[in-house]
Amino acid sequence: MSETAGKDSAARALGVAFAVAFVCALLVSTTTVLLRPVQRANIETGRIMQLVREALPDAGAKIGVGDLEAQVVELASGRIDTGIDPAVFDTETAASQPETSAEIPRDQDLARLRRRALHAPVYLVRGAGRSIETIILPVYGRGYQSILRAWLVLDGEATRVRALKVYEQGETPGVGSRVEDPEWQAEWRDRPIYDADGVLRIGVATRAGDESGPYAKFLVDGISGATRTARGIDGMVRFWLGEFGFGPFLQRVRKGEIQ
Amino acid sequence: MSGLGELLLRAVFLDNLALSFFLGMCTFLAISKRVDTALGVGLAVMCVQSVTVPLNNLIYTWLLAPGALAWAGLADVDLSFLRLIAFIGVIAAMVQVVEMILEFHVPRLYRAMGIFLPLITVNCAILGGSLFMVERSYGFVESVVFGFGSGLGWALAIVMFAAIRERLKYADIPDGLQGLGINFIVAGIMSLGFLAFTGMG
Amino acid sequence: MNVNYWRILTRPLIDDNPLTLQILGICSALAVTTSLDTALLMSLVVVCVLALGNGSVSLIRNHLPHSVRIIVQITIIASLVIVVDQVLQAYAFDLSKRLSVFVGLVITNCIVLGRAEGFAMHNGFVASVLDGIGNGLGYSLILVMVGAIREFFGKGSLLNIQILVPASQGGSFEPLHLMLLPPSAFFIIGGIIWYIRRKRPEQVEKPEFTLRPRTEESAE
Repeated sequence: MSETAGKDSAARALGVAFAVAFVCALLVSTTTVLLRPVQRANIETGRIMQLVREALPDAGAKIGVGDLEAQVVELASGRIDTGIDPAVFDTETAASQPETSAEIPRDQDLARLRRRALHAPVYLVRGAGRSIETIILPVYGRGYQSILRAWLVLDGEATRVRALKVYEQGETPGVGSRVEDPEWQAEWRDRPIYDADGVLRIGVATRAGDESGPYAKFLVDGISGATRTARGIDGMVRFWLGEFGFGPFLQRVRKGEIQ
Repeated sequence: MSGLGELLLRAVFLDNLALSFFLGMCTFLAISKRVDTALGVGLAVMCVQSVTVPLNNLIYTWLLAPGALAWAGLADVDLSFLRLIAFIGVIAAMVQVVEMILEFHVPRLYRAMGIFLPLITVNCAILGGSLFMVERSYGFVESVVFGFGSGLGWALAIVMFAAIRERLKYADIPDGLQGLGINFIVAGIMSLGFLAFTGMG
Repeated sequence: MNVNYWRILTRPLIDDNPLTLQILGICSALAVTTSLDTALLMSLVVVCVLALGNGSVSLIRNHLPHSVRIIVQITIIASLVIVVDQVLQAYAFDLSKRLSVFVGLVITNCIVLGRAEGFAMHNGFVASVLDGIGNGLGYSLILVMVGAIREFFGKGSLLNIQILVPASQGGSFEPLHLMLLPPSAFFIIGGIIWYIRRKRPEQVEKPEFTLRPRTEESAE
């Protein structure tokens, strides 16, 4: 009987309660602290997966969260800069500050941006054996009356465009805004970027004679009545694929220098 | 204000905790034999829900959410992982309070409910209400409306169910379905009925 | 100490199934079964929490004062659920998002508290863990069945692998949209209960009110 009384005493109750609470608290806090970095990475990747799925409507669904890799690239050299965390890097803030950006020479400023950041994020989808299967580049440029923002999706050898997903634009509704239409965007699928000599030829057919010229197969049809917007897309794509954009990075990818 | 009205209607009918989200099912199926006990349990759930959801909202907003502790100078701290245990603690305490009030003021109901009153602590509907409040980022006023509405919806569902069960006693039901089986089927049909509210709001 | 461990493990599968006989743990069973992968993950979570919870409670049962025992059990269970929830958010992020609040609701899952109070408080460690696993498996059995049926007839797929191609994607299968809505879970479980009780008549409940048999006179 005294044993039951001892077990049920107030002091004992408090003691046991505290002991259990302490052990549980230790367990919970340790787990949470250890797992927090992994969870943060998951949230970030989840955000990007959403964007990837919008960029690649057919293939995007098959890409798992684990296959997507975010990196920050130093544009001039084309090297991956492991010191910058892609989860916190903001391209346009970097582009507006003098220390983190560079002025674009006028003859190269096809996207009419004036300045661009020294770094940019890239997203790689890896396949078997860690080989790069798909490259996703965030690009932006000046359109007719707004900033155009898009995802440029390239194949693993950076020789063809797999998709151009324009996700933000403020062009004339019904005319320039048609650059967001899936039908127009489908025209970019599997379009080669470079000609046999390695010269960048991809773009939008915006000039008379483009459609019958020697480089017609590299050019996406223009949109009637939306020449200025189409030129904006043309400039944006050619800028970011060119020397002042991701060009050096893509060259390194082709040479197999990107791990 | 129409936002709050719509929230209330949604909480009672469309997002009914019992019939659309299956919360509080154990109690729902076990205590619904008679309408008067069902009414008692429903009212108790309504009281507890109306108090705990706003209370938990305050605790979450000012203590647990990421950045919530900014008023104490600890803006970087994110204690949201503690919400499960904090909410349960609040709910357990509230149920104790309701128990004491019922014991002194409505002893008949208190005795009729027996073991099921403390079981409200682990009624998924109560904890679920608070968790939905966090998931949908309700403000304080919205929490009050949602707490009341979701409690009301649950109470409504259990009373209706009890009423049907009282009638069902006199029906000729196949042996295998007697009791639990037919209860599930009836709950399913009620759930189907509540889906009809999808057109509203 | 003639404890039959095998029976402890297997009884809750059909004979004493927590869902279909004990009426426990129903809330999550209905909500997470719209597809098989969420049903499987939920089953895994419940088996883990039941096994670990039962084990922990059993370990301290002789030192646990009567007055605080329920709240201590809830504390232990809540902590375990938080830990499992954190692990899921780290390593199965997509799935955990689809389970939304229902992982947290395992705390209030009547099976967990019911077995902790009903079994682990009065039995040894190994028996308690086995009882937890057994009940968890019984629960999982029903969940997986319901999940498979709902996903297969509602979407034509299993574990997201498309088996029957729906008409919307060019195939000939017309999905039963009701399967993806809440009422279907109720009906399916009702059907499962019916089937189990035909096979195990001892589980049939006696009606509260016996109808008078029809006689010649009452037919008038």
